[in-house]
Amino acid sequence: MPLRAYLLLAAVVFALGLYGVLTRRNGVGILLGIELMLNAVNINLVAFSRFHGDVAGMLFALFTIAITVAEVAVGLAIIIVIFRVRKTIEADHLDLLRG
Amino acid sequence: MTAEVLGFWVMAVVLVGASLGVVLTPNLFHAVLYLAAALVATGGVFLLLQAAFLFGVQLLLYAGGVVTIVVFAIMLTERLVGQSIVQTSRHIVNGAVLAVAVFVGIAGFLVGGEPAAPRPPWSGDATVDIGRALVGPYAVPFELLGVLLVVALLGALYFARTED
Repeated sequence: MPLRAYLLLAAVVFALGLYGVLTRRNGVGILLGIELMLNAVNINLVAFSRFHGDVAGMLFALFTIAITVAEVAVGLAIIIVIFRVRKTIEADHLDLLRG
Repeated sequence: MTAEVLGFWVMAVVLVGASLGVVLTPNLFHAVLYLAAALVATGGVFLLLQAAFLFGVQLLLYAGGVVTIVVFAIMLTERLVGQSIVQTSRHIVNGAVLAVAVFVGIAGFLVGGEPAAPRPPWSGDATVDIGRALVGPYAVPFELLGVLLVVALLGALYFARTED
């Protein structure tokens, strides 16, 4: 398959993740959308790495995966704290900082 | 049709289908299961790109670790609520328009550009190259990543602790 096929697949997944982030009202659902978008980026990195014959892209994908794990851990901890304090994780109800 | 083309289409169908499930299914728990399927399919794409090591990392960290943490978080909040969480969506039209616009932008850029060079033959194992690079030119970022993971996990523990 040409490089373009992999990039198009990643673009589809990225757009779907963006749709999830924009439309989900549940905090965990928004995090799942972010996961999809990060995954699409990883596909791009690995595809470019393979088609350029340079291992640096795969290393970047490795770093992204590790950072994503840290992000999910902190994000879910924040969601649990918000849930304890506000008794909801619906994004629409979390408007304390709205002007 | 070669094995790579067939594998690509299988992985693409599974990945896109599972991604649709993640963003469309009303049951949050099912969405996480669809995410697990999507992550495994992404690992399959890595395999097609001859990145076997990243396939292993993807399964261990993403499909194993991340999905487990999310399931734990859902169980925890669901137990606190005392009812199964059904999630709804809002701004569906706006979200769809923006997502389609982003996709069309990327796709137009891809289709309009000149075709990339064909895939160069890859002699040897990418895992060996990754290992050498991690202890060579990328040693410092690698160590910093370890620090980041420790700090993030300690921070998560600190946030989620109970007040007593």
